[in-house]
Amino acid sequence: MFYRENGQFKTSYQADQQIFPIVQDRWFMLVLLLIAFIGVPWFATDYMFSAILIPFVIMAMAALGVNILVGYCGQISLGSGAFMAVGAYGAYNFFARVPGLPLIPTLILGGLCATVFGVLFGLPSLRVRGLYLAVATLAAQFFADWMFLRIKWFTLDTPSGSVSVSNLQVFGLPIESDVSKYLFCLILLCVVALLAKNLVRGAIGREWMAIRDMDVAAAVIGIRPMYAKLSAFAVSSFIIGMAGALWAFIYLGAWEPSAFSVDQSFRLLFMVIIGGMGSIMGGFLGAAFIVVLPIFLNQFLPVLASWLGMTMSTTVVSHAELMIFGALIVWFLIVEPHGLARLWAIGKQKMRVWPFPY
Amino acid sequence: MGHWQAENARLAFPVLTWVLCESNLKETKMKKPVLLLSALLTSVWLSATSSAWAQSKEQFVPVLSYRTGPYAPNGTPWANGFVDYLKLVNTKGGINGVKIAYEECETGYDTARSVECYERLKSKNPSFVQTLSTGATFAITEKAPGDKIPVLTIGYGRSESSDGAVFKWNFPIAGTYWVAADTILQAIAKKEGGWDKLKGKKIALVYHDSPFGKEPIPLIQERSRNHGFELQLLPVTPPGVEQKATWLQVRQSKPDYVVLWGWGVMNSTAIKEAQATGYAREKMYGVWWAGAEPDVKDVAEGAKGYNAITIQHGAEPNSDIVKTMLTQIHGKGQGTGPKEEVGQVLYLRGVMSAMIGIEGIRSAQERFGKGKVMTGEQVRWGLENLNLTQAKLDALGFKGVMRPISTSCMDHMGAAWTRVHTWNGKAWEFTSDWMQADEQILKPLVKATADKYAAEKKLTRRTGQDCQS
Repeated sequence: MFYRENGQFKTSYQADQQIFPIVQDRWFMLVLLLIAFIGVPWFATDYMFSAILIPFVIMAMAALGVNILVGYCGQISLGSGAFMAVGAYGAYNFFARVPGLPLIPTLILGGLCATVFGVLFGLPSLRVRGLYLAVATLAAQFFADWMFLRIKWFTLDTPSGSVSVSNLQVFGLPIESDVSKYLFCLILLCVVALLAKNLVRGAIGREWMAIRDMDVAAAVIGIRPMYAKLSAFAVSSFIIGMAGALWAFIYLGAWEPSAFSVDQSFRLLFMVIIGGMGSIMGGFLGAAFIVVLPIFLNQFLPVLASWLGMTMSTTVVSHAELMIFGALIVWFLIVEPHGLARLWAIGKQKMRVWPFPY
Repeated sequence: MGHWQAENARLAFPVLTWVLCESNLKETKMKKPVLLLSALLTSVWLSATSSAWAQSKEQFVPVLSYRTGPYAPNGTPWANGFVDYLKLVNTKGGINGVKIAYEECETGYDTARSVECYERLKSKNPSFVQTLSTGATFAITEKAPGDKIPVLTIGYGRSESSDGAVFKWNFPIAGTYWVAADTILQAIAKKEGGWDKLKGKKIALVYHDSPFGKEPIPLIQERSRNHGFELQLLPVTPPGVEQKATWLQVRQSKPDYVVLWGWGVMNSTAIKEAQATGYAREKMYGVWWAGAEPDVKDVAEGAKGYNAITIQHGAEPNSDIVKTMLTQIHGKGQGTGPKEEVGQVLYLRGVMSAMIGIEGIRSAQERFGKGKVMTGEQVRWGLENLNLTQAKLDALGFKGVMRPISTSCMDHMGAAWTRVHTWNGKAWEFTSDWMQADEQILKPLVKATADKYAAEKKLTRRTGQDCQS
């Protein structure tokens, strides 16, 4: 009834090719952006910013990057944590060694370091595929762990190997308060998401998808597998590297290599699988699921217990949190193997036909 | 029915998001129990997290703890001791009448989760925060000055933060890892018969490969340069259940002493490996995180002769504070953990950590008004001007357990007393006198590292005037 594209005619190629061809979608996006930029800072508390929204925004960016590689190009990667680490430490080294380097170029340089690293570790993808590639990219993870633990040059010879940044600013505006951090990350996320959306809609995105669906057929119709695969690795690790730099600079402030351990790689892969492979929306939904749900459970379970007249110790809560979280993952994957983004699409379809489903 | 449920499930998530985003109340008219439930849950959560906590007459103490994960066996007694002491303060009527309110938050020894806990409890006006992990200490050190919350790291944390002129908000009271490392080397030197006897000897440092494990390296390197012993660095990947390769290296290079800088399961594994490779346990010295009951209990007889440094206290089952704890808290069924652990090393470390924090609040009250709730800023002053004399400690029940601690604007550590205790197969017993870390070594190292930090952060050292505030 409300969500229907009847009567919306496209009279130009431009209108036909826009990201949101349906008017309602455009309005929805506008409202969403207004809420994200104006509404959320209005009501969110410091806690929501620093513990939920900022990690969510940064992880959404990382998941977006992983989705390009895994979801669009079909190259399973377990090296995402390493790409984040390279982005973070790359940006840190530029930031600490080049005096007066502004923050945004620093982040971009960090992303470029991750790009180089990603392409390098993407080379095995030309020979191996599927699960074997996952194992090969795992090497990137172990290599990064080793590199940032052992090569002291990267951590500026700090005695404990932990590094930190402070006095961040953009165009003279300090990035100190939680609101400014959130808005900064959000702006970057919007830019990156727009970029990614347009890339996957364009020729290069179609190449990636052709490789994902059947690489031999893609090669036969004239798509260069090497170019397509390595460009997917490059773009994806650039985005993941930037997200890693943001995670370190904005969210943690001080970090050590264990912040980007293999757990992080798995979390990112789960985000993409649960959120929906091959969907920009999926990255956001998956990040919300993996980042926000455990924290929600952790805080909600004691409240629930107190309603039932019980008290829960923190141990019980954190065990229950893990169990419920695991059960929910299984449940979602059974109900909708294509991820939350597919649920979203089904929801939209239902809205279109509502109130006459048949 | 199954179909209907699946439909609900499929719709709940996107519709909920839609409703929350657009606040379009029309959608909620759909009879979707799942949706209503989710909306309810979300609203409860939002109200639970975002409501402003009323400023009450209680002093809030956040408890960041880890009772789950690979380090749970060590984290749990610490947390139990900490919470028991807070309970004890409340049964005695609080701090000059101000009761303590506390809330635990499970971190699982994970830095990101610790930061989340810190942010969660920040809004309740915490008196101080004890980070309980070196990784979290680094992250929270960057945040605390902005939030005006003192960071207490009793016997751990970053060693250079004992320089109060640079680290205004950090308090590694009672000792740091550099103190521990220095006194371990002193104990070894004494065993050998003097520092000059260490020349040409080989000491291996088997360490947890994390900021925690790397902390002592600069100090041991400094000592090795001064006294001419060779230092061999053997990192162990956390959590440290796999150490075969490390101990093979130990067997090959035959170091004269092994300093064990481990945590959690790594310690008992290391001792078992030492037993398997035949390395004498008498020549092993652990940091205090590697010198508690969970580390040696599984190995029992095999760990006999193993030494560990203690910062201030060790296992003190006969001390006054333990007796009080057993009668006042456990005797009344208020104990947090099992009765057996009261008086053990990590339990007492929790008790001592809580006590130092509470005494900081008390000393703040003496300046800013007795019987009032102190802000983080006031507690910071209290911690900086803490003077725990032996008489005060004895009155608190720490007779024979602790030595006096007195902090100042420049010295946020307050004392550097340690002892060595040795596992006799059944219990820890002290095998050395009180030792003190060498100021001559410590001070220049602290100052140099703190200055480097200050230069990186563009901080200026605090002046005498700032100390008064």
